[in-house]
Amino acid sequence: MGGGRIVAGLLAPHPPHLVYAENPPQNEPKAECGWESLRWGYERLRKQLENIDYDVIVILSPHWQTYVGTHFLGLENFKSLSVDPIFPNLFRYHYDLNIDVELAKMIHDEAESDGLSVRMMENPDFRVDYGTITSCHLTNPKWNKPIVSISSNRSVHYYSVEVMQEMMVKLGEATRKAIWKSGKKAVVISSNSLSHRHFVNESEVPEDMSKEHITNHSQYLWDMKIIDMMKKGKTKELIEMMPEFTEQTVAETDGGALTWMLSSLDYPTYPATIHEYGTIIGTGNAIATWDTNDEKRNIQGVSSK
Amino acid sequence: MTEGEVVLGLFVPAHPHPLLCPEKNPGWARLREAYEQARMIIEESEAELILVYSTLWTSIIGHQFQGLKEPEWVHVDHDFHYLGSMPYKFQIDTDFADELVISAKSRGLESRVVSYYGFPIDTGSVVALSLLNPDNRLPSGICSSNMYSNRAETIVLGKSANDAIKKSGKKVAVVVVSSLSNRMFTDKIEPHQEKIHSQKDDEWNRKILEFLGEGRLEDVSQLSREIHQQIRVQKVVAFKPMWWLAGVMGQHNNFAGKVHAYESVHGAGCAVVSLIPKLDDVGDKEYDEDDVETYRGDRNVLDTIITENENEDPHIQNEDLSEENLSEGEKFSSSRAPKPVGAYPHARRVGDLLYLSGVGPRQPKSNAIPGGPVKDSTGKKLNYNMKAQTIACIENVKTILEDSGSSMEDIVDITSFLIDMDRDFEDYNTIYAEYFNEIQPTRTTLEISALPTAIAVEMKVIAKLNK
Repeated sequence: MGGGRIVAGLLAPHPPHLVYAENPPQNEPKAECGWESLRWGYERLRKQLENIDYDVIVILSPHWQTYVGTHFLGLENFKSLSVDPIFPNLFRYHYDLNIDVELAKMIHDEAESDGLSVRMMENPDFRVDYGTITSCHLTNPKWNKPIVSISSNRSVHYYSVEVMQEMMVKLGEATRKAIWKSGKKAVVISSNSLSHRHFVNESEVPEDMSKEHITNHSQYLWDMKIIDMMKKGKTKELIEMMPEFTEQTVAETDGGALTWMLSSLDYPTYPATIHEYGTIIGTGNAIATWDTNDEKRNIQGVSSK
Repeated sequence: MTEGEVVLGLFVPAHPHPLLCPEKNPGWARLREAYEQARMIIEESEAELILVYSTLWTSIIGHQFQGLKEPEWVHVDHDFHYLGSMPYKFQIDTDFADELVISAKSRGLESRVVSYYGFPIDTGSVVALSLLNPDNRLPSGICSSNMYSNRAETIVLGKSANDAIKKSGKKVAVVVVSSLSNRMFTDKIEPHQEKIHSQKDDEWNRKILEFLGEGRLEDVSQLSREIHQQIRVQKVVAFKPMWWLAGVMGQHNNFAGKVHAYESVHGAGCAVVSLIPKLDDVGDKEYDEDDVETYRGDRNVLDTIITENENEDPHIQNEDLSEENLSEGEKFSSSRAPKPVGAYPHARRVGDLLYLSGVGPRQPKSNAIPGGPVKDSTGKKLNYNMKAQTIACIENVKTILEDSGSSMEDIVDITSFLIDMDRDFEDYNTIYAEYFNEIQPTRTTLEISALPTAIAVEMKVIAKLNK
């Protein structure tokens, strides 16, 4: 077919705290308030997405961790209860989501032909990870678009951040090629925070905002450096700096999502829209959009012209 | 009630292959048989409860204990989902789970029970309990493996589990679920291609199993850092299951060990080992590494207000002392004084003298340091007020003395510790004189490199008891 393209790339962090604080009907625990500035940032992101026509969300979450290659959800529907193993007191979410299996299989095949180890996940009892659910809920709470869910290959644990980078760059290219071939308009989501050195204890009232702050100053400085690069369109430089950033801030970018997403966009040189930055249990979280209408280069699978 | 005890220790693999498809590979079948042998050993041990520590249940907010009475789900592994689903329904001893939390907290560990329908029990716990306790004949407990917990914290967690076992009055089989070498093949392999990932991994695995076969658990525990470095994927900070197992089983080498199977699963080293406590000899140890009884790590990032109840250490008596109930050698803590930062009382009586533990300026309940801390959480030095710290320190001494039936006027000797003599001596000496100019106890002032918390001064006091 051909002619499909990525219409937007998102950095959409997935702390369950944000869903908890919104009190959606799907989530069992209820909150008084919390992390408003980040939730308002997500509101701005959703507002922006209303003006972008898309068919499918393609998301990579670090909380579906696979050690034997990269996996893709491969059944049309998953419906169950997701309980966060770290914050079960905040996130017990009843999900019912649809998968674009056709596109998932196309990315799978493209990645395989590029030499990556891949596998389709076709067990109906499989429970979808809370990172995918949280980022998708906050991006599209109506759940009216199918998704492609990609696992996080933990090559970083076996080898190094550099090896993870190489594999995610390849996976991003495969994603872009598959989307172009599919003829679909896709939003690609990197589901991760930035600096990830977080608190190891929880305040009595989880949404007590008087307790919320970045874990330490150096994490903040790193986050600002990364965001500054995003704002200046220096994503290639960001990728080059990623190993050091990941190691210095115990960043969730070790899961490969941000590298994959920027690679799928072929490293935007135009500025990202930063909707918000804030902390959650001490981690740094930025919500950002790359609207590919801003892409001036001619990139198959990305450019609008 | 008779004190509970650990009657058996088991080391078992976490991968789902022996549960879901043992027929596909002879090694997986041997692991399944070994699991069955372990199940029978549990029966023979007359254990009344199974306590599982799974390295695949990683926690971040402290240590978590499964607390739902009958957790039920159909579990699917994130990686090996194509092997099939694992339906389970376990029986959890919820009272024991509560006791695990109490015991962990009393040793300074952040911990909580998780009791939620649908809470994701990890593959390792599901595999182990499904094979070791298939008919739910025994109730069980499951505890998490904290991602950041290192040696001291993990050993203390093991010791706290032992505390809970003793209190329970039950015979307990403790089970650690973990691989030896955990480097799997990162690509698909067919069952007939199964082997240990590398010769080095295999050699290390065999060395570990040689030790365990001889019952040398503590020796393996003390090799854990090296094991982590040599044959473990660096996913978490350390290889900790042996620390936990040694902590809960008494930190010695006096076991009858048996290796029931050693095989590979997708390249990782997997073994079933049993360790039965022996009473007939003392065992030996290659070397000793210190450990602690109570965890006082630096993980409290949030400001915490310590309530009076939390301030109580169950190992220490905590009562206002009058002379008649302060017996020879008796120890006590004052609820009006700052909480000790280790397993020691505020004071202890010998004859007519009262010996105080080192007292610093921290404030009771809030733990705040008057005059400010000497450094921040990153170790960066901060400016502080030595006069304010000295006043607070002496006021804490006064409180402890008064609560113990003594007084400032009864002090006979003081040893003061300062972290910066050049900077602080003058201020310290000025305040000291205001309090002790009339009393005139003997005094020694020393400079030391550091004190246990971010304080600049600490005092060690000996006083007479009031007649």
